[in-house]
Amino acid sequence: MGQYLVLIYEDEAGWQAGGPAVEAGLAAHQAFGEKHKDVLCGGQALQPTSTATSIRDGVVSDGPFVETKEVLGGYYLIEADDLDAALAIAKDVPAPFGGVEVRPVMTTG
Amino acid sequence: MAASSAAVHAAVADAHRQQWARVLATVARLTGDLDLAEECVQDAYGKALIAWAADGIPANPAAWLTTAARRLALDQLRRSATLQRKLPLLAGPDAGGWPDHGSGVWPDDRLRLLFTCCHPALAVEAQVALTLRLLCGLATAEVARGLLVSEATMAARITRAKKKIAAAGIPYRVPGPAHLPERIDAVCHVVYLLYTAGHTAAAGTDLTRPDLTERALDLARMLRLLLPGNTSVAGLLALILLTDARSDTRTGHQGRLQLMADQDRTRWDRAAITEGAALVREALRMRPPSRYALQAAIAAVHAESPSFEDTDWAEILALYDLLAARWPSPVVALNRAVAAGFAHGPSAGLAALDELATEPQLAQYPYLAAARADFHRRLGHHDDARLAYQEALILTGNRAERDYLTARITALP
Repeated sequence: MGQYLVLIYEDEAGWQAGGPAVEAGLAAHQAFGEKHKDVLCGGQALQPTSTATSIRDGVVSDGPFVETKEVLGGYYLIEADDLDAALAIAKDVPAPFGGVEVRPVMTTG
Repeated sequence: MAASSAAVHAAVADAHRQQWARVLATVARLTGDLDLAEECVQDAYGKALIAWAADGIPANPAAWLTTAARRLALDQLRRSATLQRKLPLLAGPDAGGWPDHGSGVWPDDRLRLLFTCCHPALAVEAQVALTLRLLCGLATAEVARGLLVSEATMAARITRAKKKIAAAGIPYRVPGPAHLPERIDAVCHVVYLLYTAGHTAAAGTDLTRPDLTERALDLARMLRLLLPGNTSVAGLLALILLTDARSDTRTGHQGRLQLMADQDRTRWDRAAITEGAALVREALRMRPPSRYALQAAIAAVHAESPSFEDTDWAEILALYDLLAARWPSPVVALNRAVAAGFAHGPSAGLAALDELATEPQLAQYPYLAAARADFHRRLGHHDDARLAYQEALILTGNRAERDYLTARITALP
């Protein structure tokens, strides 16, 4: 049993446009949370990258750390037996304007 | 009872070739640690050289090697901090270090090892390398040589892949029914890539790399044994058998390339063709036919044709149409165009090839230019043929194929 972080990368314009696709996306996140509540350890949506501030070598600057079209917009932290189990859950994560990346959480000891 | 040194060396080499995967797959399950298992199995083969010389060659070498490797792993774990976690698993009769999902259904551990090596979370190059290293027992240097990369690059690739298996928790098991077909296809793809890498080497002086084609055939046979009802597996084994049946005639004097039209068909391996053709028929009965079954069916038409002139190009073209529908790829489209050229004449072939001229995936593919050159030559367009042969020559890395193209240019009036 290990923990995996599911990082949601999407085109922010999709969510900002609003409309039925966004409403469906929100409902899908709700449904995902209910379906997988037993293995969910956490998860949040993030404010858009226009609110991001980066720090590199102590220098503070406006904007995200890396400029890309699809940006980190939220995450889920899940518990799973192995990668296959984690991927099965991650496939259920709604990402209508992009996709997700699954990363094992490093365990210590 | 002592055995002669030559007999022991032969027995160990034989056990390495035949039993490596079985022994490693079992020890990997028992230890739950691929790296440790690999090291201990390697050491067990070393110990076999001494022990078998002193005590005689055991009746069941795989069982001897598995027991020896398991003991070595136990010794290692005793000395390390992981002892508490893994000892009970190793000490039991066959308790299983990795969770033993459904071992009653898949009694052969080699399938677990294969599905782990060919997991889609690993890059395809890493899947191929791991399969050669862990299933076929090739040394890293041999894997590097086979796949035409430096040993350092290959060592890094294999290490990175093994680290990912451990860190990301890629499971050591045969996937459940929902994912089994796609995962079997991924395994077949790796074996297919191995075979094609050996069938026509991307560079070097030799046309083929028999070390790779033989391993691919071994793996396909193993898959067939373990997954007898699968259409991809049946098709893949058929394809390899039918293609390999012609391998001895693909080069003539001094390694020179012989086209299928010029090959001595009496020297094709009839036993392999018979076995392959029977598998094709079986694989085509399963619906829908896998891409390998269709490729094998095309190979079977060639293999069973009494002469090049008698080749049933209409049948081959029809099979390519089915294949293109099942597996839309520019390379399939290219082969289909060539078949169209033989079925309906060189002009039809050229027209079909022209449709592929802007295909980015074929931009560096020498066989497109070579096929165009050949149809121009047949039509008497000597200047166009020369240009296209020269283009193919620039894109070809293999010496046998380069010599062939050069000879074609020289022969033009």
